[in-house]
Amino acid sequence: MEKGKAVMGSGRRWAVDFTDNSTAPSSRDIPDPPGFIRASIDQDDSALSRQKKDAEANWKAQKAWEVAQAPFKNLMMMGFMMWMAGSTVHLFSIGITFSALWQPISALQGVGKVFEPYKDNKVDLLGPKLLFIALNLGGLALGVWKLNTLGLLPTHASDWVSSLPPAQEIEYSGGCIPLQ
Amino acid sequence: MATAVRLLVLFLLFLSSPNPILSLYEDQVGLMDWHQQYIGKVRHAVFHTQKTGRKRVVVYTEENVLASLDLRHGEIFWRRVLGTNDAIDGIDIALGKYVITLSSGGSILRAWNLPNGQMVWESSLQGPKHSKALLSVEKGSKSKKYNIVIVLSRGCLHAVSSIDGEVLWKKDFDAQSLEIQQVIQLPGSDFLYVVGFSGSSLFEVYQINAKNGEMLKHEIASFSGDFSGELSLVSSEMLVALDATGSSLITISFHSEQISFQQAYISHLVEGFSGPAMMLPSPVTGIFAVKINTVTVFIEVTDKGKLEVLDKTEQPTVISDALSFSETQQAFALVQHEGNKIHFIVKLADNWGSNLLKETIELDQQRGLVHKVFIHNYIRTDRSHGFRALVVMEDHSLLLLQQGAVVWSREDGLASIVDVTTSELPVYKEGALVAKVEHNLFEWLKGHWLKLKGTLMLASPEDVAAIQRIRLKSSEKSKMTRDHNGFRKFLIVLTRGGKLFALHTGDGQIVWSVLLHSLRYSDRCQHPMGVNLYQWQVPHHRAMDENPSVLIVGRCGQRSDAQGVISFVDTYTGRELRSFGLVHSIAQVIPLPFTDSTEQCLHLIIDADKHAHLYPKTPEAVGIFQSELSKVYWYSVEADNGIIRGYGLKSGCVGKEAGEDCFDTRELWSVVFPSESEKIIATVTRKPNEVVHTQAKVVADQDVMYKYLSKNLLFVATVAPKASGEIGSATLEESWLIVYLIDTVTGRILHRMSHHGSHGPVHAVFSENWVVYHYFNLRAHRYEMSVIEIYDQSRAENKDVWKLVLGKHNLTLPISLYSRAEAMTKSQSYFITHSVKTMAVTLTAKGITSKQLLIGTIGDQVLALDKRFLDPRRTVNPSQAEREEGIIPLTDTLPIIPQSYITHALKVEGLREIVIVPAKLESTTLVFAHGVDLFFTRLAPSKTYDSLTEDFSYALLLLTIVALVAAIFVTWVLSERKDLQEKWR
Repeated sequence: MEKGKAVMGSGRRWAVDFTDNSTAPSSRDIPDPPGFIRASIDQDDSALSRQKKDAEANWKAQKAWEVAQAPFKNLMMMGFMMWMAGSTVHLFSIGITFSALWQPISALQGVGKVFEPYKDNKVDLLGPKLLFIALNLGGLALGVWKLNTLGLLPTHASDWVSSLPPAQEIEYSGGCIPLQ
Repeated sequence: MATAVRLLVLFLLFLSSPNPILSLYEDQVGLMDWHQQYIGKVRHAVFHTQKTGRKRVVVYTEENVLASLDLRHGEIFWRRVLGTNDAIDGIDIALGKYVITLSSGGSILRAWNLPNGQMVWESSLQGPKHSKALLSVEKGSKSKKYNIVIVLSRGCLHAVSSIDGEVLWKKDFDAQSLEIQQVIQLPGSDFLYVVGFSGSSLFEVYQINAKNGEMLKHEIASFSGDFSGELSLVSSEMLVALDATGSSLITISFHSEQISFQQAYISHLVEGFSGPAMMLPSPVTGIFAVKINTVTVFIEVTDKGKLEVLDKTEQPTVISDALSFSETQQAFALVQHEGNKIHFIVKLADNWGSNLLKETIELDQQRGLVHKVFIHNYIRTDRSHGFRALVVMEDHSLLLLQQGAVVWSREDGLASIVDVTTSELPVYKEGALVAKVEHNLFEWLKGHWLKLKGTLMLASPEDVAAIQRIRLKSSEKSKMTRDHNGFRKFLIVLTRGGKLFALHTGDGQIVWSVLLHSLRYSDRCQHPMGVNLYQWQVPHHRAMDENPSVLIVGRCGQRSDAQGVISFVDTYTGRELRSFGLVHSIAQVIPLPFTDSTEQCLHLIIDADKHAHLYPKTPEAVGIFQSELSKVYWYSVEADNGIIRGYGLKSGCVGKEAGEDCFDTRELWSVVFPSESEKIIATVTRKPNEVVHTQAKVVADQDVMYKYLSKNLLFVATVAPKASGEIGSATLEESWLIVYLIDTVTGRILHRMSHHGSHGPVHAVFSENWVVYHYFNLRAHRYEMSVIEIYDQSRAENKDVWKLVLGKHNLTLPISLYSRAEAMTKSQSYFITHSVKTMAVTLTAKGITSKQLLIGTIGDQVLALDKRFLDPRRTVNPSQAEREEGIIPLTDTLPIIPQSYITHALKVEGLREIVIVPAKLESTTLVFAHGVDLFFTRLAPSKTYDSLTEDFSYALLLLTIVALVAAIFVTWVLSERKDLQEKWR
């Protein structure tokens, strides 16, 4: 695989480009063949492509919504796993909780990337993105909630006082049974 | 932070929960613990007779130890510790195979097998009254028809068969006032003479048939003056007594029909006589010795009862008993001091003028004077007689002298330790005293190679033995410099003999020892005794160059107004820096939590008149103390009156020409216990050096309880006066135990609880916010342990997280005890199968590690018991959250797990105290238990979570790392090569 790429990258000598998207005849050296009307094909094509593009945009929007909803399934599964893990601290529950925290965070970091393929001028990605973010935040909240149920969040008074040193006493008193 | 701590704690619990046992493997014995056996100051020694193995001596000591010692090396063959309430009165050897001991004021007679110390028989002797207890074994009679032991005990004369301990006959001297002084048994005759005084001037003699106890003769004679009570037998028919004034000697001949007295004034015999005389035991027939002040006078008694002075000496002199070393000859030994040398002189009984043997031996100055000498003879290879002497010194050590040299010595003063403190070792620097030479690189490598083989199971049995040897002899632990973990320290030990020892915690070696000059006999201080040791100077920040020193407090005599003695000793060198015989008495010593600019700790000494004297007596110290005066209080527990009094201080002593350093006291409060129903039997406070990590206790469901942490709390246990004796002296209804928690600043009683039907003795420990105490429950006929935990209710409202997060709370502000915090207690009781001699609790450097109780059992072992077993929140069915917190389901009895004896297979005979010292490493604490024996070990109550174990193989780790790096390198090269080949293809 790598080898092939390397060859392609550095070893290219010549290439022919068969595509020709230009519309202005003046730009070409070779005149159009007789009976060939460039404009009509262009118009036909544009109508067709517009249809196609619309379909693609629809498809993209649909897909984007689907992608945006994907974390929901994840959320449900996570909830189930968490319920299975119980509320005691051990290896399994800690693993579950941390993955539950990590997944939404990594997903949120890659929001742009996830919706990259569906980027289009005609597609409004804001809705799906917001849904995606909201669901992931929900997942994060679930993780944090789980963390809290495990007692690993400093939300109790005990978490803040357990390292407080004892208070100094002002008075000092000494003594014992006198030496006999 | 908090969560991290909790995670750590949970992790620790996870580690320790399967079995909370801290046991050792067999090969770990002796790695971090050491054990030393002693016997105490020898009171009498009996050498084995010719027939039995002659290389041993049987001794008994002031610690009530009966021991058989090897004469070649001074090792203990066997030893029997009879305990403090079974004092030995006399020993002798009977039949050449039994050691007979008389103990408990003459009421118990026992025979022990000479070779191995097994008890052969025991008989208890009854009698109507207390009297002198004497033991004499018939000797020299050729006919072995009756091997009887004559015992004087409790005013009766008993003849006991030495074969089975059967009492053959008993003679009761019912004359009430008769004080029997001696039982005289003349060799080769069947008569016993019992001599004694009746009243102060009547002398009585009983002649008794030794075979059947029949009284043959009874004579009474009256003397014109008074007797002092001292009596010495000088010949078969003559006694010498001293009169009550100590100025004249009376020779008494008692064999003839009529008792006759002859009085001789000492002033006629000795020129310049002044002051009362003292009789010394008569060494041999015809000679006795009298001590007048420091002069020892030897006096001969001629046949006609005339007294003649043989010799007198100013030097401190000790005389041995007579030794008959051949058929006809008797010898005795004298030991005389001269400078730092001693003369060991052996004389024949009938020839005072010449010496049979005279040897001069140089002795260590730190051993003091010779107190006792016992001689023994042996036959040299050239068939002449040689003599050796067993010498007991002032510092209680035991030496064997032979051929002008000290063959061996035993530091038996360490059997009677009065107090213990610790001191840091010097920091390592060039030129500091470093005793051990570092071993070279080759040995280090060899050691690690062996260890590695051991780890990889490749070691042969010889290698295993070598590894064990290396581990045990590790020079690391006995180095003379401070270590990173704080395991190496000096144990500074004060003994009853007035000697101070520094023991190294690594292997128990004596680093230095000093016989304290201020604790020795002098004219001003007749009965000096050391009482306590305190840390005087602990240099750490401001005065790094100073050596640390300790304060030794002593007093002259038992009375409470006896003069005090204080002394300061440098703990690095063992030099006595300075000492004072004080003008005031010492009733209490209170170490204060203040130090001056040279890191000297301020101490307050309270005298019998309740004046407080500040030490050090410098203006600076007085200045520091004056500024804190209003905050310093003290209290005294008057156990006899049943009163606890609290005092404040004010400057200046009234009616005394004392300086600035004397302070007057004023009584602030008193707690009076009704004397008809309560008697104080135990008090305990928290250790002043205890460090507590946190003031909060987190309970299940993340709830918080605030501990009531006060250094000024006193736990007092009182019992019904009837129940203060032995267990069984009071009935169930008559006995109760009441415990109090008293604030010693304000005198406020925080908690009171009574246990009906419970009995002393009470042993207690107080740590952080809890007290654990041990007592006897008469109703259940079992020992019980209770725990009380105190919590501060007035802080309980501090539960708002936001206030805590923002630091808007008053939890760490200094508090005054006058603010009357509300205390809440929780308590619970459990049965325990053991009776307890002493109790202690582990201390660590920062107070994070969980606690263990150390229980000195009646069997002289030390048992570690986790504090979790004594938690008042234990229930029969703890909830899941409580279980997570580490609460153990409640059982009625505390479990005794055999593996948790920290003394493992050893016994600390005569265990008296367990001393706990925190190491620098948080997980570890140092434990020193002393009695007749010494035992030291290291404990990690929650296992060593903060360091690698001792036997961790660094070599294996290093090897693994090297191997991994090599593997990475090799695989990298290989992959490069493969890549290249792929590209060429």
